[in-house]
Amino acid sequence: MASSRRDFLKIGAVGGTAAAVFGFDLKPAFAQLRELKIERANETRSTCPYCAVGCGTIIYTIGDRAKNVTAQVVHVEGDPDHPTNRGTLCPKGSSLQQEIMNDRRLLKPLVRRPGGTEWEDISWDDAISEIARRVKKTRDETFVEKDAAGHTVNRLESIAWIGGCTDTNEFNYLVVKAMHALGVVHLENQARV
Amino acid sequence: MTNGWVDMKNTDMMLIMGGNPAENHPCGFKWPIEAKRTRGAKMISVDPRFTRTSAVADLFCQIRAGTDIAFLGGVIRYALENNCIAKDYLVNFTNAAFIVRSDFKLPADTDGVFSGLNAATQSYDRSTWNYAGAGGGAHPDSVATYAPGQAAHGANPPAPTLPEKVEYDLTLQNPNCVFQLLKKHYSRYTPEMVERITGIPKEQFLKAAELYTSIRKDGDMKKAGTIIYAVGWTQHTFGTQIIRTAAILQLLLGNVGRAGGGVNALRGHSNIQGATDMAGLFDNLPGYLKVPTPADASLEAWMKRITPTASKPASWDSFNYYSNTPKFAVSYLKALYGDAATKQNSWAFDYLPKVDRNYSWVQMWDDMYNGTVKGMLAFGMNGVAIGPDSKKNIDALKKADFLVVGEIYPDETSEFWKSPGITKDEMKQIQTTVYRLPCAGFAEKDGSFTNSARWVLWKNTALPTPGDCRVDQAIVAQIFLKIRELYKKDSGKFPDPILNLTWNYSVPSSPPLAEVLKEINGKALADLEDPATKQQIKAGQQLPGFAWLKDDGTTSCGNWIYSGSFTEAGNQTARRDPSDPSGLGLHLGWGWSWPANRRVLYNRASCDVDGKPWDPTRKQVWWNEGQQKWVGNDVPDFKVDSKPKDHMGPFIMNPEGVGRLFAPLAAFADGPFSEFYEPIESPIDNPLHPQQTHNPVVKRFKTPDDKYGTPKDGYTVVCTTYRLTELYHYWTKNNPMNVQLVPEPFVEIAAEMAQEMGLTGGEKVKVTSIRGEYIAKAMVTKRIKPMMIDGKKVYQIGIPIHQGYRGIAEDEGKDARTLVNLLTPTVFDPNAYTPEFKGFLVKLEKA
Amino acid sequence: MSQETLRIQKISGHAGSVPGEDTQRQYTVCKLIDTTTCIGCKACEVACMEWNDLPFGETVFDNSYQTMPETRWNYWNLILFNEHEREDGSLMWLMRKNQCMHCAEPGCLAACPSDGAIVQYTNGIVDFQQDKCIGCGYCITGCPFNIPKFNKETKRVYKCTLCTDRVSQGLEPACIKSCPTGCLHFGSKDDMKYLAEQRAKQLRDHYNFPKAGVYDPPGVGGTGVIYVLHDASQPELYGGLPKDPRIPLSVKLWKGPLKWLGNIAMVGGLIGLFAHYLRYGPKEREEEAKEPHEGAQP
Repeated sequence: MASSRRDFLKIGAVGGTAAAVFGFDLKPAFAQLRELKIERANETRSTCPYCAVGCGTIIYTIGDRAKNVTAQVVHVEGDPDHPTNRGTLCPKGSSLQQEIMNDRRLLKPLVRRPGGTEWEDISWDDAISEIARRVKKTRDETFVEKDAAGHTVNRLESIAWIGGCTDTNEFNYLVVKAMHALGVVHLENQARV
Repeated sequence: MTNGWVDMKNTDMMLIMGGNPAENHPCGFKWPIEAKRTRGAKMISVDPRFTRTSAVADLFCQIRAGTDIAFLGGVIRYALENNCIAKDYLVNFTNAAFIVRSDFKLPADTDGVFSGLNAATQSYDRSTWNYAGAGGGAHPDSVATYAPGQAAHGANPPAPTLPEKVEYDLTLQNPNCVFQLLKKHYSRYTPEMVERITGIPKEQFLKAAELYTSIRKDGDMKKAGTIIYAVGWTQHTFGTQIIRTAAILQLLLGNVGRAGGGVNALRGHSNIQGATDMAGLFDNLPGYLKVPTPADASLEAWMKRITPTASKPASWDSFNYYSNTPKFAVSYLKALYGDAATKQNSWAFDYLPKVDRNYSWVQMWDDMYNGTVKGMLAFGMNGVAIGPDSKKNIDALKKADFLVVGEIYPDETSEFWKSPGITKDEMKQIQTTVYRLPCAGFAEKDGSFTNSARWVLWKNTALPTPGDCRVDQAIVAQIFLKIRELYKKDSGKFPDPILNLTWNYSVPSSPPLAEVLKEINGKALADLEDPATKQQIKAGQQLPGFAWLKDDGTTSCGNWIYSGSFTEAGNQTARRDPSDPSGLGLHLGWGWSWPANRRVLYNRASCDVDGKPWDPTRKQVWWNEGQQKWVGNDVPDFKVDSKPKDHMGPFIMNPEGVGRLFAPLAAFADGPFSEFYEPIESPIDNPLHPQQTHNPVVKRFKTPDDKYGTPKDGYTVVCTTYRLTELYHYWTKNNPMNVQLVPEPFVEIAAEMAQEMGLTGGEKVKVTSIRGEYIAKAMVTKRIKPMMIDGKKVYQIGIPIHQGYRGIAEDEGKDARTLVNLLTPTVFDPNAYTPEFKGFLVKLEKA
Repeated sequence: MSQETLRIQKISGHAGSVPGEDTQRQYTVCKLIDTTTCIGCKACEVACMEWNDLPFGETVFDNSYQTMPETRWNYWNLILFNEHEREDGSLMWLMRKNQCMHCAEPGCLAACPSDGAIVQYTNGIVDFQQDKCIGCGYCITGCPFNIPKFNKETKRVYKCTLCTDRVSQGLEPACIKSCPTGCLHFGSKDDMKYLAEQRAKQLRDHYNFPKAGVYDPPGVGGTGVIYVLHDASQPELYGGLPKDPRIPLSVKLWKGPLKWLGNIAMVGGLIGLFAHYLRYGPKEREEEAKEPHEGAQP
């Protein structure tokens, strides 16, 4: 279309006179519509992280995943193929775009030192190294190899793991595996509460 | 769930109780609505409040929080009195005909408790809860129950066993058969008693009982009814027994295994089904294998204890699938420890920690409070907010050495040291080191979730993590590998399991989750051959399913119930075939469902004894005489070549092969039938037996933070907590779209109560329990009514749980927001160890 | 693309016939809202806000589950809640999704003096063209459903577009797509009418709602959004749904016998006087005169 929308309506207005004579006008009128914002977006099939219905979602990202591009999520919608939700989403699922692109996200490791009143920055290497040392120290100090009756128990009662509700099966498995290797028995999850 | 979300469209009748799916599972709730629209199904909503589920239900009953056993017991009585039961199903598919030992006593005869109670230790000797019969050898004590507190160390007494040959009476006339005991037990739950306890007027209760049992009017088996529940049932000191009562009712009506039937737990989060399956809980190993105790001196002793042998009438057959337990356990140990798990070292049995006391949620915080737990790792888990008794949890964290939080938003747990009320000076006294690590959101990770219908569904990564965030599996892997490195360098206590743990991922510092799922599925460690079909599997190949597992170290499998999820044919959880040729909503080509991709559990029970579907319009599986096997639209949940005339029970996971109206021996800590007990904080004495108000085996904690209120102290209002559809736990308070929908915390209060208090909607009220207080605006509503409880006027209030001290609105600092769980008590169910968040006592005043 | 697919059949403030009128056959689209299966979950509210990238506004607790008292310029889709006690004492919690009704004879369009600021496409969608809007607010007066809302910052009026950007591409509106229970349907007006009547019949025959019926008010020529109500004789119970909505008399006059006066007014600077008459003259609803909602934020 070479003419702009404004031109159309002008033509329309002029044509009005003709229409009054001939009763109709062949040049149709169009209005300006918002462009479909997902027109060039990438679709990724995912699962909603909230309740246990497990709705299929489509995450629309802009950017074609080229090397120099960081994808941004412009929209999240229900997956119409999914047998359970058939494309629908609840008010939480419908707001997932904002959950992913959220300026409240934590972006760097922090530490709060004993007696501290503020968070302090810490590097990933230092954080992981400090945590590992603390775990080992605590384990070596408190590991129980045999109970009072002399049974082998090989357990660690001084370190607890609490897992979340949105951990994948694979993550849960890895955690249980690693924690059992350490001897952790205080091993609990959102599933309990 | 025994059934599934889509399956609910097949139902004729819904009892929705202890759950509010319209608000908490809206997209799953489309299927109950579909049943209403297309089948003319009826919906009954029983809830302490008139909810958005009640708004579309055909009948609503307002129940006092925590009295569900009384209601369901009353429905059981009604069904029995009015012959609305599935007679053939009952006789053949349940233990109704089994004879119980004559020394077993019901609460009606023993002052409100079952036989065997030791009042001093608050525990039952459960040996009388058994069938009469000959032989032994079954070891049903597979479910050890872990009471709170420290264990008395020492050898477990030898577990009593189920008889191999059970006495029975198919006429159901023997006064000691399960059916007669059941009838006698629930005969006390009269409509009058139901009214006294629950507050539901007798006429209203009878309407509900009549409507629900109408599907089995005169024993006609065509229709099916479903019971749908959620944490409104589990979060009680008798939560498991509420679900038991529902299961008994469903067995009585022959609804289990049927399309549109079943007992359907609506789990609250995207993957707590999977977390439970993967043993994110102290008392399980993956696939619900029971953890070893110190008394299990060897692998053999452990296996002997947790592997049941069949227990049934002599002329019947029982598949007793758990007889395969050693295959699952040894394959798990091979998955964990690979070549280090050898026959000589009993497959590294000693590497597993041994458990003989309770380490569950509430106990864990108590142990931290008392100094046993010194460090905590919390990933995606806001433990302070989730409670119960947030103050105790905060006090406990103040005493810990270190806390590691993996999160995507700032949360209450990582900032417990600056929770409301803590001054700068007090803060300086808190010696806990807190690490807060930025994790990845759901869209930034792949992996699988298991929904409430047991469908395991793969999701894909949509975008990379922002900033310096790392995916959770990388963080845990890096911490673990660092610990292993330290143990390699300097010796330490029992390093063997740490050093020998398999970690053969292509990127050890960030294990690709597809490789982890392959490990969970399991593979052959040697060439295998099926003697019947001659099918071969080469060493190193993925296993097609758990039928291939071996107890000789030739297979490895991280979780036997997930075996079949990632086979040589690829990742089954990523399948996307939406077709459903039967129209029953089974969708066998969509993702993968445990076990063995079957969608409705116990589906053998959808047929009569001869193998013909009870309802020919909803054919799930059936016996094919020509092929001499079970075939169907679903994967048969049965031994496929077991002829109907062999009378194998459809409940193949029970050693009896049949459904348990009576749950023998160690199945439950607090009774083989359910009995109504009051919540730990209740406005009245138990009308059934005032001398035994509470569940006798429930124990209380003893720190100064553990307090329990009574009406005498002025706590007379029944309070319950719940989620709203607009918000998701403590998560969406970081999302402006959701905060806009529900901008402020509120308390729902009956209009009559508000009038008495001179309170109008929008005014602030203070809710006080003996543990703490909570201030929010009053929502005055007609949707909660005052109730007459045992002749006493009782009010109920309800509080949504979502707000805390970190979030968009919270950070704007308009008003100090506290956690609802400051109010809730530290006490839990003796079977599932879930805390009693519902039905505690408070008082209410204008703030 | 999109310009090719949605043709206009009515234009506000426009002299003469509509260009291209009747040169193409098109189905009238319609949204069906079954209030009897609405669970008030507000998925449609969020889906609307998310899809249309509407800016967030502040809300306050108001003793209700309802997000805000009425729609805003930046909140086009609002579920209205009402606790209603029936004669037998049983409680009903009525929930109705409120948004632009896309009337066949739109009062807003009739009232609008600006050429092309409000158009009606041949599929029935009534759409505001903000670049043509002069901010006079007459459309607010013309609407019997209290839908169009004024934004003080941009001096323009906004409302639901029925997701023209989606519909023009063959997609359903965002609210319809999200609705968990399927209480929202989208299709041709004929199909939706049929579905609605079937459902109403089921409610009358099987669910003890003898007065169940369909809301498609003839006073505005029928609407592009129709409701199934448990009790069609009392639409007011559903958040004040007008029983017999009509275009206000003032607007009818303006578009009818007094149109010449309006033309002169536009040219001759009588606009202020006339606007005053329109906005404060004879009206059916007091709130319509209210300034745009105070809580609204850009």
